Formats: sequence, structure tokens, C-alpha cells
Amino acid sequence: MTNIGLYFSIGIIVIGLLAILRYSLKGKDIDRRIIFLFMFITVASSLLFKMEFPEKPTLIVKKVFNKIENLPEGSRILISFDFDPAMKPEVMPMANAFVRHCMVKKHKLYIMTLWATGQALMLESIEEVLKPEFPDAVYGEDYTSLGFKAGGVGVLNVIITDFRKMYATDEHGTPLDEIPLFAEVTSAKDMDLILPIGGGAPGPKEWILFVGDPGKVPIAPGLAAVVAPLIYPYYPKQAIGLLGGVKGAAEYESELLRNYDQFKDMDTPALSMMGPQTMAHIVIIAFIIIGNITYFRKRRMNDNA
Amino acid sequence: MTKQAILAGVILVVLLSAGAFGQDRPEAVVDSSNLTGAILPAPVTNIEAKNHKYDDGERIDLFWEKSVDDPDNIFGYKVYRIDKDGASELVRELLPGTTEYFDEEVENDVPYQYIVAVVGEAGEAPSEMTPEVMAAWEFFNFSKLNILILGFIVCGSVLFFISSAKSGKKLFIRKIGGLEALEEAVGRATEMGRPILFIPGILDLDDVQTLAAITILGKVSRVIADYDSKILMPVSRSLVMTSARETIKESYMSAGRPDGYNDNMVQYITDEQFGYVAAVNGIMVREKPATCLYLGAFFAESLILAETGNSIGAIQIAGTARPGQLPFFVAACDYTLIGEELFAASAYLSGDPKQLGSLKGQDIGKIVAMSAIILGTLAMTFASAWELGFMQSLLDILNSIFVTN
Amino acid sequence: MKRLIPVLITSIVGTVLVFSVFFPMAETWGEDFSLFFDIIAVFAFFLGGGNLVRVHLIKVLNKKGDWKFSIVTLIAFAITLTAGLFKFGSVDIAASVTAEGTWMQTIFNNIIAPLSSTMYALLAFFVASASYRAFRAKNREATILLIAAFIILLGRTPLGMFMTGWIPEWFSIAQIPNLAVWIMNGPNLAGQRAILIGVGLGVVAMSLRLILGMDRTYLGSDHD
Repeated sequence: MTNIGLYFSIGIIVIGLLAILRYSLKGKDIDRRIIFLFMFITVASSLLFKMEFPEKPTLIVKKVFNKIENLPEGSRILISFDFDPAMKPEVMPMANAFVRHCMVKKHKLYIMTLWATGQALMLESIEEVLKPEFPDAVYGEDYTSLGFKAGGVGVLNVIITDFRKMYATDEHGTPLDEIPLFAEVTSAKDMDLILPIGGGAPGPKEWILFVGDPGKVPIAPGLAAVVAPLIYPYYPKQAIGLLGGVKGAAEYESELLRNYDQFKDMDTPALSMMGPQTMAHIVIIAFIIIGNITYFRKRRMNDNA
Repeated sequence: MTKQAILAGVILVVLLSAGAFGQDRPEAVVDSSNLTGAILPAPVTNIEAKNHKYDDGERIDLFWEKSVDDPDNIFGYKVYRIDKDGASELVRELLPGTTEYFDEEVENDVPYQYIVAVVGEAGEAPSEMTPEVMAAWEFFNFSKLNILILGFIVCGSVLFFISSAKSGKKLFIRKIGGLEALEEAVGRATEMGRPILFIPGILDLDDVQTLAAITILGKVSRVIADYDSKILMPVSRSLVMTSARETIKESYMSAGRPDGYNDNMVQYITDEQFGYVAAVNGIMVREKPATCLYLGAFFAESLILAETGNSIGAIQIAGTARPGQLPFFVAACDYTLIGEELFAASAYLSGDPKQLGSLKGQDIGKIVAMSAIILGTLAMTFASAWELGFMQSLLDILNSIFVTN
Repeated sequence: MKRLIPVLITSIVGTVLVFSVFFPMAETWGEDFSLFFDIIAVFAFFLGGGNLVRVHLIKVLNKKGDWKFSIVTLIAFAITLTAGLFKFGSVDIAASVTAEGTWMQTIFNNIIAPLSSTMYALLAFFVASASYRAFRAKNREATILLIAAFIILLGRTPLGMFMTGWIPEWFSIAQIPNLAVWIMNGPNLAGQRAILIGVGLGVVAMSLRLILGMDRTYLGSDHD
């Protein structure tokens, strides 16, 4: 049934594109609303009928996976949820994948956010992934959450020397000195790895510039696809690897599935989103080709005239 | 014989103890509980403590080579600090694999010594004690001397060209299409009787791009005041709102039309990124501005704004220093100010020779950057392909000049 | 005088911040100035909020065009402000404003999050329409850009590997995903770095003009 729906949708899209191609041969431009309609049908049908493709991790993602995999048990890893609900569909899968991987490797997790709107998303990851999937994890001993602190880059400038100067307590109002995870932690430099996730400012770039580089702490950012090219200059020295957009998250999820049987039933939103992304890219390519056909037809008609 | 043996034993114990205390070895570190019969791990070697250079003091850096038993036979490391009275204090426990620790809980000009103990199943194996070391503050950070020199070269050349422009020397500045089109765009809106939309990015006044946008606003609003056009300026930061109002008000005053100004020209929407975008899109669709100017720091909203502007047929001029958003603006707008052009805009529009001189000064910085890139590429290529020693030296010199920390 | 004081503040703060880079004793001054800015920005929130209410109230009272939308804005503003200010639904007044069970969390999860995601999702449509218009093989440069766009579009999906996975490993650079990475890491990176160097120099020149008080346009006028 699913396949029938999918094939039917693909059939409609192909027929529609052929009709538009015929129209473009007359040298006429297409109304942008038609493009919007095609994008809608493409993304919606691939989502509804769960189109999925196998993934193979690229080196840049594999490096992040291997880093977390090879750190000794009990290493300190900080995850910063520096994004808002708008960016959530794109980067939340990587945040959840990081949380799962860190917890299964029994690393100590420090969670925080520099975005006010990241607070609820951080909690969502704790409540819906960390707690149900790792019920034995103890707050304060295996993971802790600092919550949101305003100040952006100012926060980073302070925590690179001292967490306590910026955070008197954790998110629940417990003084840091009473949290076992902070007993041996003074600053962000005490972290073994930092995983900033986001795509705006302050975000992964600021973590690299103000914490990773000066504090010599390894950073492995998870990024919205549109900002990933901006972080490439920092790879591989300042950023040991990176996850770019849904594709990066899907590769990470596939690597988790490949290495850990216990995750075989886990939710894999990034892998599920690669179907719609692939189809959307194909439709965009088709429209670019159609646009060029229209352009050349017009030019020939003008030349003839 | 027995008495002699006991006496010898006592003397030996006293001597050993004296030896231990003579080295100021802290009690906490001495392993005295090897009850399991397991072997102590090998201690760390080459331990070195030194004052952290070029800071305001209160920091000592500790380095060592890890134990040969690391990581299989050890639990981790313990760092002990011994003060001038011989009192020892455990300052940090560290994971296996660690080879450095920066102690930031020390006072300036007070002598300290350190011991790093390897913790294993059988107990702790202490290292040798480091010589005394004191934290001290330095007046100048010599590690940033290269940045200071480069800064002097760039700033000096900017100042030089400013002064030569002051003396009346004619400077050639290339034409910037987007800025040349500004007046025409405002004129078009006036002819059509439709407003001009000005978006100064979504960051606050502490971002230099927003400041650049406000400086351009000064010029644009002056033209608008002269033409008696209408400006719409929805903003996402309260401070930008107050600053923009002052700027526009001044422009109307200097145009001799103070009555033409009103506070509603600049309107605060929300700090929330997409809430702001939704409101701006609504304004665009309802008010149908003839000209849209997007100048400042933009993120994911760049294409949403520019495409909506395109759909209403507005003439669009954009400018940002965020390379990630430039492709979107280039695709959807009529003119785009790329990176530095945004910062050059106010000087360019002012036509003031002094300010134009500052643009010329940037060229010296570019010549330095381009020379370094070409030299560095050649040196790297020759050094790795033919292993030429002097090319490697050149590469090292370039690295030392341009390294930032 | 009205312009002299802001220019003096700009000059002094700018100079001090430059000093703080090179003189260890002044290192923390930069942080202090950031905090001063945050404090001022917090007070400016009142101005922003006040302006929002005033503009929309006037619109509603005068029944100007689209005044009904202004009612929605005012109601939403009042509810969100009340929920956040009084932390309704929170068991502990010291807890976070978006803690589990608070009104703010409900508003956030059920209104702000879906609305923001919807706006962001518009990008998918706009990218398609902008690509359709912009990527035309008008000349040689535009054709190169077009080919690069195809490679990146295919390289960011499993389709790229599907199409070129048969290429042997010794020539794997020709596989579309690897070509996409090369384009991003090579030509794209070179271009971005060039722009960033220009931006850096532009910032230096503009900062100098501001610190020296030569450019006062941000204060409204070039003249005293």
C-alpha cells in the first residue's frame, strides 16, 4: 500500500514536470506558485510514504563518531543546544544521537544552552531520550543540566575560566558545588569534548573561537546545513569533525545503528528525512533544467525576431 | 646484638623519614597501604611547573610525560600542590591520558611546588617534586606582538591615506554598483508613491554590521527626507530602534524638514527571529514597498525576505558580511554589497575624502594578505615536494607571523 | 555637546577594548563592557515592548487598516508576558520560566515552536523558486556555477553515491559526494576566506573611523 502511494505520487510529479517542460518549450516562465506546489507534493508524499535510503558515513562524520567511541569511559562531554524550534527538525536528530552515544559509552554529560529558546528543546531531549532510554542514569552523577544563561559570547568568555562565575546553580537551583559531576570541574577546559549544536550566533562558531581554540578543547559541532560551509575552515584543526544538516545526522544515526544493536528500534528522524530531501533536490534540479530550457528558447525566439 | 639491631632499625627509620620530609614530600602522597600485594604503577616523568606567561598572574602550568602504565593499569592522576610551609593539598584528580594541568587557584609571587601521583590499584605512585615556581603577572602580552605589528601596519596605512586625502591628493575608489543604485532606488519609490523598506539585520547594536547598517541609514534617510518619501523600518532589537530613530530624526532635521519625521517610521517587532520575519513579510505584502534594503547581519531569514521582496516586484539592495547568506541575496536581489562593501558604504556615500582615504588604506592590508598567501603556498609546495630546507624556514616564519594564539 | 559625548564614549571604549587584547591586566575589561551593554539592552526591552503596545493600541483605537491583526498581537503579547512574568504553572518560583508544566512551556511547545518551524520551512519553497530563477547558463561563469550546484545538490543525497558509486576507489574523487566535499572544501572555502579577509580589513577601517570620530553618521549627522 505504501509503495503504491509512493509510486502514484512519483507518477504525478513526473507527469506534472513533463507538462511544465512542454510549457517551457514555448519560452514561457513558470509561476513560482507552481514550483511551491511541486515542492509540497514531493516532500509530503516522501514523508507520508516513508521513502528511505541507505546511508554511508563520510569521513568528517566518522571522525566525530570515533572520537566519542574511543574516549575512555567517564570522560566529560558538554552538549550545547544552541538552536530554536525553527532549526529543531534539522539539528535535533543529531543532538539526540549525541546524547544516546554519550550515555551508552557511559560518558559524563553536561548539558546547556546559550539560546533562551533552546531551553525547552534541551529539556525535551532529556525527558524523551535520556531518561526513558537510560533509566539507570543518575542526575548529578551521570548527567547534569545548566539550562539557559543569557549573555551569548560573554558566557563563553567566562566559562572558559570558571563555570561558577557564570552559573551559581544548575538548572534546578542546586549549587554546582553540591553536584558530584562538578566536583572536579572548574572550567570548560576540563571537558574532554564539546558538542555545540546549532546554526546561528552564538553557536558552534563561537564555541570554536572562544572556547575550543583558546582552551585547546576538542570541538565537534553539529550544524544546520546552511552554516556548515562556514565551519569548514576550522576542520580538522579546531573542529575535529562535523555533522552538516540532516545528511550529517542521518550518517551518524546509521553509524549508531550499525554499531549498537540496542538502538535498532530507536527513532531515526534524520534517516527518515533523507527521503524527502533527496526527492526535493531532484525536483529542484528538474526546475533548474526547465528554467534553462525556457531561457534558451526565449533567447532563440528573440534572435529569430 | 638485638639492641644494636633495634637501634640500627630505629636510625634507619629516622633517616628514611628525614629523607622523605627533607624532600618536603606530603604525607597524603606517600603510599603506605599496599595491602593487596599489587604493584604500584610507574610514576610520571619529566614533570615541569612554570608560570603561565603573558597573563595577569594567578596561574601555573604543569606538564608531565604520562606513566608507562597509562591507560591500562591506572585509574588516573592526582595533582598535589605544596605551599611554602610544606602543607600539601590535593588540587585535582585527572583521567588517564592527561599530561597537563593549569592551576588557576594560586596567588602571585608565592612559591609553590607540585607532585603528580599516578593512582593505581595498589595505591599512589608520586612523581618527583617540582622546583619552586611562582605565578607572576606581565605588563604586555608578547605572544600577541605579531598581531600588534600587523595591526600597526593596517591601521598605519589607513591613517596615512586619510592624511594624504586631507592634503588634497586624489584617490581612486572603484564604483560600487549597489551604492550607486541607492539614490535611484529611493527616487523610484518616490515616483511610484510607495514606501522604502529598510531592514538593518537581526542582531543588536553591538554587532559591527548593524552599526554599518545604521551609518548607511543616515545617508539613505537624508535622501528620503529630501525626496519627501516614506520609510518603513521594522526592527528586531530595542536598542536598534532607539538608535535608528535618532538617526532618521537627525537626517530630517538636517534636510530642514523636522515636521516630516515621526517615531512610527521605526517600529519594534520582536527579538524572536522568525516572529520578526513573519511580521516583515506581512508588512511587505500589505504595504508593497517599491524599494527594499537589507543591510546588516542576516541568517536563515535572508532568502525568505528577499524572495518575498522579489514577488512584490520591489527593487532590492542587500549587503551583509556573513558569507553564508551572500548566495541567497545574490540570487534574489538586484544588487548585493559583498562583505567589506557594507563597511565601506558610509565612507563611499559621504564622498568625504578623509573617509575615502580609510578605504584606500585597506588595500595595504590586502597586499600583505595576498603576498603572505602566495608566499605561503609556494613555500608549502616546494617544502613538501622537494624538501627544501629554506622553504620550510620561510613557512615557519610565516606561521609565526600569522598565528593568533 | 549632544554628539561629543557619544563620540567620546565610542572612542574611549574602543581604545580600551583594543588595549585589553595586548595588556593582560586589562583582559577582563572587555567582559565588563559586554556586561554594561547587556544591562543597557535589558532596559531597552521596556522601550521595545512599550513601542509595540503603543503602535498597535493606536491602530486598534483609530481602526486603521488591518486593525484586527493588532488585536491578536496585543492579546498574544499580554498572555505571554503574564505567563512568563508570574511563572504560572511553576511549582517553584526559582525554577526556569520554561520548566516542565509551566504556561510558558505550553505556549512555547504548542505555539512558538510550530510557528517558527513553519516560517523556517518556507525556505524549502523559496530555495526552489530562487534556484529556478538564478541558475541560468547565461555565460561561462554562470554555467560553472550551475554545474557546481548540480553536484552539490546530488552530493548531499544518497542519489550521488547511487549514480557514481561504481567509480573505482583509486578515482573516488570523481564520485559525486566526494566532488561535493571537494567543491565545499576547495573553491567554496577559498572564496569564503577571501571575503572574510576583506570583511576583517573593512571592520578595521570602519572601527578606526568610528574611534577617531570621523564617521558620525550613526549619530544621525556628520556635523557637530
